[in-house]
Parts: sequence; C-alpha cells; structure tokens
Amino acid sequence: MSLWLECAAVRTNLRYRIFGILRRLLILLLVVWTVVSLVTLLIELVPGDPAVAILGEQATPEQFAQFREKHGLDRPPFFFSFPRDNNGERHFVWHGADNRYTDYWRLLLKGDMGLSFRNDRPVKDLILERYPATIELAIVAMLIAILIAIPLGVIAGTNRGTIIDNVASVVALLGISLPSFVIGPMLVYIFAVKLRLLSPSGRFDWSDIILPAFTLGAALSAILTRMVRSSVIEELNEDYVRTARAKGLSERTVVYKHVLKNGLIPVVTILGLQLGVLLAGAIITEKIFGWPGLGLLLVEDGIGKRDYRVVQGCVLVISMTYIIANLLTDMVYRWLDPRIRVG
Amino acid sequence: MICRGGPPWPPQSATSNAGAATEGRPYNDLRMNRLTIIGLIIVAVLVLVALLAPWIAPYDVGATDLAMRYLPPSAAHWFGTDSTGRDIFSRVVFGARISLQVGVIVVVVSAFIGTILGAIAGYYGGWVDRVVSGYVFNVFLAFPGLLLAIAMVAFLGAGLNKLILALCIIGWVGYARLIRGQVLKVREYDFVQAARALGASDARILLIHILPNAIQPLIVQASLGMAGAVLSEAALSFLGLGVPPPAPSWGVMIEEARDLSTLQAAPHALIFPGIAIALTVLAFNFIGDGLREYLDPRQRAR
Repeated sequence: MSLWLECAAVRTNLRYRIFGILRRLLILLLVVWTVVSLVTLLIELVPGDPAVAILGEQATPEQFAQFREKHGLDRPPFFFSFPRDNNGERHFVWHGADNRYTDYWRLLLKGDMGLSFRNDRPVKDLILERYPATIELAIVAMLIAILIAIPLGVIAGTNRGTIIDNVASVVALLGISLPSFVIGPMLVYIFAVKLRLLSPSGRFDWSDIILPAFTLGAALSAILTRMVRSSVIEELNEDYVRTARAKGLSERTVVYKHVLKNGLIPVVTILGLQLGVLLAGAIITEKIFGWPGLGLLLVEDGIGKRDYRVVQGCVLVISMTYIIANLLTDMVYRWLDPRIRVG
Repeated sequence: MICRGGPPWPPQSATSNAGAATEGRPYNDLRMNRLTIIGLIIVAVLVLVALLAPWIAPYDVGATDLAMRYLPPSAAHWFGTDSTGRDIFSRVVFGARISLQVGVIVVVVSAFIGTILGAIAGYYGGWVDRVVSGYVFNVFLAFPGLLLAIAMVAFLGAGLNKLILALCIIGWVGYARLIRGQVLKVREYDFVQAARALGASDARILLIHILPNAIQPLIVQASLGMAGAVLSEAALSFLGLGVPPPAPSWGVMIEEARDLSTLQAAPHALIFPGIAIALTVLAFNFIGDGLREYLDPRQRAR
C-alpha cells in the first residue's frame, strides 16, 4: 500500500515537473516570438522612409530603388496592409507569406540578421565584434558589486540597528538613487580629469575597465547590500543558528559558514536577474565611457545613424541574452532550493 | 523593555546580535518614519518649485551668454553657469517641471491601465487571466524595460510625448501584476462572498469591495514608480532619446556637462543636476519604502 502510494507520489511529482518544464518552454517560445515580432514590426513605425533617411533627399530614384531592393524594403511589410488607392481610400490587401516579416524570420533561422543600412556589413558580424566587450563589462561589474555587497551586507546585518548599519544603509540608498549617468561622469571627473590616474574613455588598457565596471556595478552593489543584510537578519533568527551557537561555534563561523550559505540563496536569484539589468544598463555606461560594446553599437551606430537593421539586431541580441540569463537563474535557483522545484 | 511584535518565546539569547535585533526595532520604526517624512518634505518642495518655476528662476532658461560661460557658483548665479553661459539654477528649477510632469503622467496612466487589466484578470480568471498573466506578464518581464523604451523611442523618434508613451507601455505591467495578486486574495474574503450573496453586481463588488482593499500596495508601487519614471526620463534624455536638447531636462543637462572640457572647467554643471535627480529619486524611494513598512506589519515586525 505504502509502496503504491509512493509510486503514485513520484509519478505525480514527475508529471508536475514535466508539465512545469513544458510550460516554461512554451512561455520561452512565446517570448522569443514576441521579441522578434516587435523588432520586425517596430521598424514599420519609423516616421518617413528609411531609404530617404539613409541616402538623403537628393539621391536619384534609381539609387532609392536599388537600396530598397538590396534591403528588401520594396516588399510588403506584413501579411496584409491597408494602402491608399488613387481616390485616397484605404483597402485591405492580402500579400501572402512573402513579406518583410517572414523575410526577417527566414534570415534569423539561417543565422543571419541582414545587412547594415550604412556600410553593407552583415549585422551579425558587427554584433559579434562588440558582444565580448559588453559581456566582459557586465561580468566585471557584477564581481565588483559582489565584492562590495557581501561584506557590507553581512556587517550591516550582524550589527543591526547600530551606527554601522545605518551608515551602510545610507550608502546603499545613495547607490540606488544615484544613476549611472551621474556616477560615471563624476568618476571621470575625479579619476581622469583631476587625478589623471585612468583614461576617461575607450578600451585599450586593462585599467580602462575599472571606471565603467564600477559605474555599472554601483547600483547592483547597493541592491545586493540591502538583500544580503535582510537575508542575514532573517537567517540569524532561525533555529539552526541557535544550535550552531549552542555547539559553541564562534560567531564568525556561525555567520560565514551557516548564515551566509543559506542567506545567499535569494541573493543568487537577484544576481541572475540583475545580469539582464546590467546588460540593459550597459547601454548607458558604454555611452559614457565610449566602451565599444553592444550598447554603443545600438545608440551610436544604430539609433544615431538611423541604421535600423543594426537597431533590430542589437535589441534582439540584448533581449535574448537577458532572457537566457533569466532562464539559467531560474534553473540554478530551483537546483539550490529543492522546496520550489515542483511547479 | 516590552518586546513589541514578536512572541515572548523563544527568549532572546544574551548575545549582542539578538539584543540589537529587539532593541533596534522601535528605533528602526522611528527611523523609517523619519526618512518617509524627509522624503515627503523633499517632494513637497519639488512640487512647489515645479509649480512656481517661472517666479523662482532668476534667469531665462534658454538665455545663452558666451561671455558668462563656466562661471562658478556665486551670489548672482547660485549654481554657476554652463558651457553656453546659461544659469544652471534656473535650468534645474525648470527641470523639476519636466521630471515631475513625466513622472506623474506615467504613474497615473500606467497605474490606471494596470489596475483595470489586473483587476479584470484577477477577478474573472479563466482565459482572460491566462492571456494577461500567462502571456503578457511573462513577455514584459522577460524584457529589460529600459531596452524596450529605448527601442520604441528609437523607432518612433525622440520627444516628450513619445517618451511618456514608451514609459507607460513598460510601466503598466507592474501595477497589473500587483493588483491581480491582491484581487485574487481579497476576492476570497467573507465580505466579498457576502456581497455576492446579496446580489451585488460584478462592477460593484470590484469597485466598492475589492479595489479599496487592494489599493494599499498600489500606493507603494506608485511612489517607487515615480522614482523609476524620473530616472528613466533622465536616462533617455541623457541618451538623446527623450526631451530634445534646448529643454532643461536634468538628463540633457548632464549629457551636456560631461564632455572633458566642460568637466574640467565647470564640474558644477554636472553636480547640481545630478544632485537634483538623486534627491528626487531618493525622496520617492524613502516614501515608498516607508509606506511599505508602514502598511505591511509583517515586514515591520521583523
């Protein structure tokens, strides 16, 4: 009887898990579909003609036609449209599966992202060139944030209510409230203009990453400090802490071996979710420091020069990285904390 | 001392940590309240400054005077002048208008849309809920909000109205999710069942019985949302995707102050708008955090 019950329990558990995985896969597919649809359809909202924006008003009709043909802009935008006829009335026209929306999907499935409007280079190559710099920046920023946040959070949490805690809390609040585009130029002023220790922009020397990474990591370290603090406070009230103390372990061992280990579980989730936020935040940081990553590509080459293919590619790649980072976080979280594995 | 909020058992051990945890509690309450009050005062001052900007600002925001560029703070120019000789104090004062305007519109519109959709999804459940919470929430949360705003503004073109539109589109989801969760909880309460048994209509149950009980966390979210909207406006304007340059947006001012020659000659052109942004964001965060602790006794007792 009990064996049968156990088997049934295992079976239900398995069914839940498979259902949960399938559900998340479905959501993932929906998200990817939405993102791709958004970047393909948003380009249709561009006021005016991209060809005119790129080539200028004085280009010849042949040049326009050639440009439109090369980038597939002469094809219908979507499955259907409502063009005006000669009398100025709109009519529903069905274009079929042969349109720009399916064109972009076809390109993506071939592992391609089209050609840059400006210099005819494949967008994929442009992105691959810039991608490592962004990832490098995000990872170093995260490491800096962790190195600041864990000691600060532990000290604040174990000394709750004291002056140390208050100072740490105020510093953390400042870090959250000061946006990167204020911190960044201030760091440039202090370290590049006044002290002349570091260069204000670019990515040539190993030390060039310090300022951008610190700028990008500042907000994260503030959020993490608060997380670690409240996590430590919460864990300190648990029974196992009393047991550990009763065993005669030193306070140091209790905090660093027991409390921190359990307290870091929610922090790991935040870290993973924040990796995506860092990627988005990197857009601003890269602009401040001229860091040649995806964000700079998006803002300067894409938006600045109205190269919409580059904008599409960058938005797509940044959001995909964000989605994958979230997915991995979710998996790590489930693996760390078996209580939430089901469902 | 009387132990508030916690059970008397287990007795607190004599170690310093536990002592700090109990004795710190009333003090902590007081501190949070004080921060909330500071936040409220800052916001009140900001609102006054924004409303009275034309009377407070001593100079014209657009008046350039190349003979007066890079002046340090003085009695005539409280915050100094920028690279084209414009008075920074006047520009910061008028910048409060843009920031608060964007913040209020974005928060009101996205809270309104979010509340309606969240309440409908939570109350009716079924396929509406499955579409809204299963698809819309997941998709919007799978996307970095700032990136979506940047992408939208990139395609739509820069400008105040488009910026507000973009921020509303990314903003409403948070409110919808919050209200949906609240409605799911409140709809099971006895007084809702009683109202239904008495034959109240769905609209009446939602508006009179459920929403007033679900609205508290919305205030917290709105306060934090103001901070987020002010930050996003400044960020997008900084990137050149928000309010176009001659306008005295704080983000634009920082962007104009950050090139090396201006930094060298007039760091105050960066510092004052930076302080304005930080103070505004800090104030709304104080209010949001304070209200959250005040409204959620579970968190307060911890």
